[in-house]
Amino acid sequence: MKWEVVIGLETHVQLQTQSKIFCGASTAFGSEPNTQADAVSLALPGVLPVLNREAVRCAIKFGLAIGADIAPRSVFARKNYFYPDLPKGYQISQYELPVVGKGCLTIRVPAANSEQPEDKVVNITRAHLEEDAGKSVHEDFHGMSGIDLNRAGTPLLEIVSEPDMRSAAEAVAYAKKLHELVQWIGICDGNMQEGSFRCDVNVSVRPEGSEKLGTRREIKNLNSFRFMQQAIEYETRWQIETLEDGGTIQQATVLFDPDSGETRAMRTKEEANDYRYFPDPDLLPLQITTDDIAHVKAAMPELPDAMKARFEQEYGLPAYDAATITASRAMADYFVAAAGALPKEFAKQAANWVMGSVAAKLNEESREIADCPVSPAQLAGLLKRIQDGTISGKIAKEVFDAMWVGEGDADAIIESKGLKQVSDAGEIEKIVDEVLAANAAMVTEYKAGKEKAFNSLVGQCMKVSKGKANPAQVNEILKKKLV
Amino acid sequence: MINKSLKELGALLAAKQISSVELTREFLARIHRLNPSINAFITLDEEKSLAQARAADERIAKGEAGPFTGIPLAQKDIFAARGWRTTCGSRMLENFVAPYDAHIVTEFDRAGVVNLGRTNMDEFAMGSSNETSYYGKVRNPWDTERVPGGSSGGSAAAVAARMCPAATGTDTGGSIRQPASLCGLSGLKPTYGVCSRYGLVAFASSLDQAGPIAKSAEDLALMMNVMAGFDARDSTSLPREKEDYTRDLGKSLAGLRIGLPREYFAEGLDSGVAQVVQTAINEYRKLGAEIVEISLPNNKLSIPVYYVLAPAEASSNLARFDGVRYGYRAPEYTDLNDMYCKTRAQGFGAEVKRRIMIGTYVLSAGYYDAYYLKAQKIRRLIAQDFDQAFKQCDVIMGPTAPGTAFKFGEKTADPVQMYLEDLYTIAVNLAGLPGMSIPAGFSSGLPVGLQIIGNYFDEAKMLNVAHQFQLASDWHTRMPEGIRE
Repeated sequence: MKWEVVIGLETHVQLQTQSKIFCGASTAFGSEPNTQADAVSLALPGVLPVLNREAVRCAIKFGLAIGADIAPRSVFARKNYFYPDLPKGYQISQYELPVVGKGCLTIRVPAANSEQPEDKVVNITRAHLEEDAGKSVHEDFHGMSGIDLNRAGTPLLEIVSEPDMRSAAEAVAYAKKLHELVQWIGICDGNMQEGSFRCDVNVSVRPEGSEKLGTRREIKNLNSFRFMQQAIEYETRWQIETLEDGGTIQQATVLFDPDSGETRAMRTKEEANDYRYFPDPDLLPLQITTDDIAHVKAAMPELPDAMKARFEQEYGLPAYDAATITASRAMADYFVAAAGALPKEFAKQAANWVMGSVAAKLNEESREIADCPVSPAQLAGLLKRIQDGTISGKIAKEVFDAMWVGEGDADAIIESKGLKQVSDAGEIEKIVDEVLAANAAMVTEYKAGKEKAFNSLVGQCMKVSKGKANPAQVNEILKKKLV
Repeated sequence: MINKSLKELGALLAAKQISSVELTREFLARIHRLNPSINAFITLDEEKSLAQARAADERIAKGEAGPFTGIPLAQKDIFAARGWRTTCGSRMLENFVAPYDAHIVTEFDRAGVVNLGRTNMDEFAMGSSNETSYYGKVRNPWDTERVPGGSSGGSAAAVAARMCPAATGTDTGGSIRQPASLCGLSGLKPTYGVCSRYGLVAFASSLDQAGPIAKSAEDLALMMNVMAGFDARDSTSLPREKEDYTRDLGKSLAGLRIGLPREYFAEGLDSGVAQVVQTAINEYRKLGAEIVEISLPNNKLSIPVYYVLAPAEASSNLARFDGVRYGYRAPEYTDLNDMYCKTRAQGFGAEVKRRIMIGTYVLSAGYYDAYYLKAQKIRRLIAQDFDQAFKQCDVIMGPTAPGTAFKFGEKTADPVQMYLEDLYTIAVNLAGLPGMSIPAGFSSGLPVGLQIIGNYFDEAKMLNVAHQFQLASDWHTRMPEGIRE
């Protein structure tokens, strides 16, 4: 039997606010335990929550970015359960009425019948605001647990997708796109190691062609895309094998162990809590006016898909280039800064450089584009020298490498290394004559009809000129002399 | 000195005819003499009280005093106060010293008020007789074999025994008005949202409201001037301008329309109480008021609705008492779950546990719609009854409680009997309206309270309605025999 895997994601995005969602304590990462636990974080008797408006603005931004409706009225509810790092004995979340409604995200996935990837729309069910819990620390306490409440009350946006993904690759593509988007709109720092972006993945399998969803298992707290891929692949295999062996799948929450590469059940549905959700009487319903939305909208950056379309139109970039460059805000910003300093017709060349040499070098050195040693202005300066014929494309690579290691701007490097292209006809003629004299055999071959010999002669001229001769001129003069 | 009004005490302090330290010592001396038999206070800290009194005297000497500077008051043990043990009447918080101040504590501090001590209460404000306190029952100064009412029974008994001139309370279903009624005092539960709940240990968040208990309506008005006001730390606090609650005192009641809900004078009301209330209403006629009969048809549902909603909120509000961060933790346990179970089994009393169980049940999957959601719908109907009623009248009057102070143990066996104590008060909390109780006379030697219910934010008007009655009567000046000098 052929099986189909069905995947949906719940993503917890830590919002980049200065203070916590319901109190003034700092959200900074990595402080000494409990130094950011004020009276509200500690849930002392009598304290009350007050909603952080900045967290609401982040949620509105996200809703606008995925084309979702922003609820004019949403409700905070209490999710009740006991856990030592949950100080109030309940988490304030949104349940029946979330702040962000249905939206969608377009991802690029490998196409079945084509080399070119194709677009796929992943629907987003909802996104809601909630508070994070603290952390239980099990080392150093000899049979006891330590509790650190610095993280308790950190604002989260939980983004729930529809079960629209059909492979681990699609799930990862969705997660990456989401990861990029929340950073793009500035609501999350995207730091997965510090837990700023965490994914729970619901996986089920069903016979291909079946309409009915299989029983799902939820893989909790995946904090890297690589682990996500591995976990989903393992989980899918495990579920298919279990069913093929005549077994059944129990609804369960599972954890992924990166060391063994396996998933294992943490708790089954029977052990699941009854969270006894009810509207939090300490908080009024969250009202969002069209004015509030307009304010956020006015401050929104251009979104990746809009920017992609603009790059195609304004700069004439091919769709693939536009998509690659807008895959990250930092790369798009870099491109815009470089291309903006050049005439429009050079945008494609700028794109080639950003996607080519720049990306390759960054990749080689595992660096982010934000700390690229060659600034966009420097890159533009280099491209200008290609444009005006000062250097050839080949010499440009050499100049770029020199800029990368900090030898200065393009002009200075061209000057100090004497890389300026030779375009003086007299000088080139001298070189051509020299080459023709030294390569009589090739000249004979060419005259006998061997076209390839011509290219070899050009190559010799370039070599003699140390790459500096203007190739177009070399061609022209050679042709003339060989008639 | 002990029978003086807040206004008189303020004047004596301002004129330096008495110092705050002297006044504080006088009340502390009374507390020492009377509290062992009344048990109105859980915690006293003379050094702290006297330090506040000395600071107040310095303010007075410098001419920086306000109308409350140097006046000693008592605080219900439900308000967090920095450096004071805040027990909420529970073993769970026996050793909990609050590291921060409740909003109203801050307001009293700024006014220069001296805190005489922390008054006893039903555990986590759950009770109508003060018999559920871990720190022992409070005795009613009018008859020490009887209850003072609850949950603010300690505050009421302390004022009734003149151990303090006035005290703070909280009212979730009648916890200010019913003890005021049973102890012959004036008590006010303001409109929901008028007094900040920040630092008030939550019982049922959508119903809890702080308010004063005092000897007279005028004293209540002065207390409200300090306690009321917007606080950004409570999302349910109403952003309103500070108001002067004494501004209406002295206005005529001519033409005042008083609504009498027929449901308040039906089965369940003690005949002696009914008679006292009717006599008081007649007094209002003499003051120029008109009487109109009104109906609150859904009032009978207020007790069942309350005993779904209040426990639901309480079951969640009290989840933080888990032995992890502060408060009581069982001395021995085998694992985390066992720690939770033993801590909460040992730390909470029977009534609190009963309500946590009820609340957990009504919020459970499969029961939520039938109980919690249904109760919320009826709550809206109850509020609409009042909206209708206030089209026909300016204030509503009736009994505060169905009877007078009852004997210890009389209603503890059957929780429903105890819950019926709040038959006339609970609907006011469900609707979020202001309500008050004032002394209206006696039945078999025990005080009877008259309840006055006003429309939203009508506190100043209600206080004058009470004040005019107190100008025409002396019930509020009566004092229990046993505690005279």
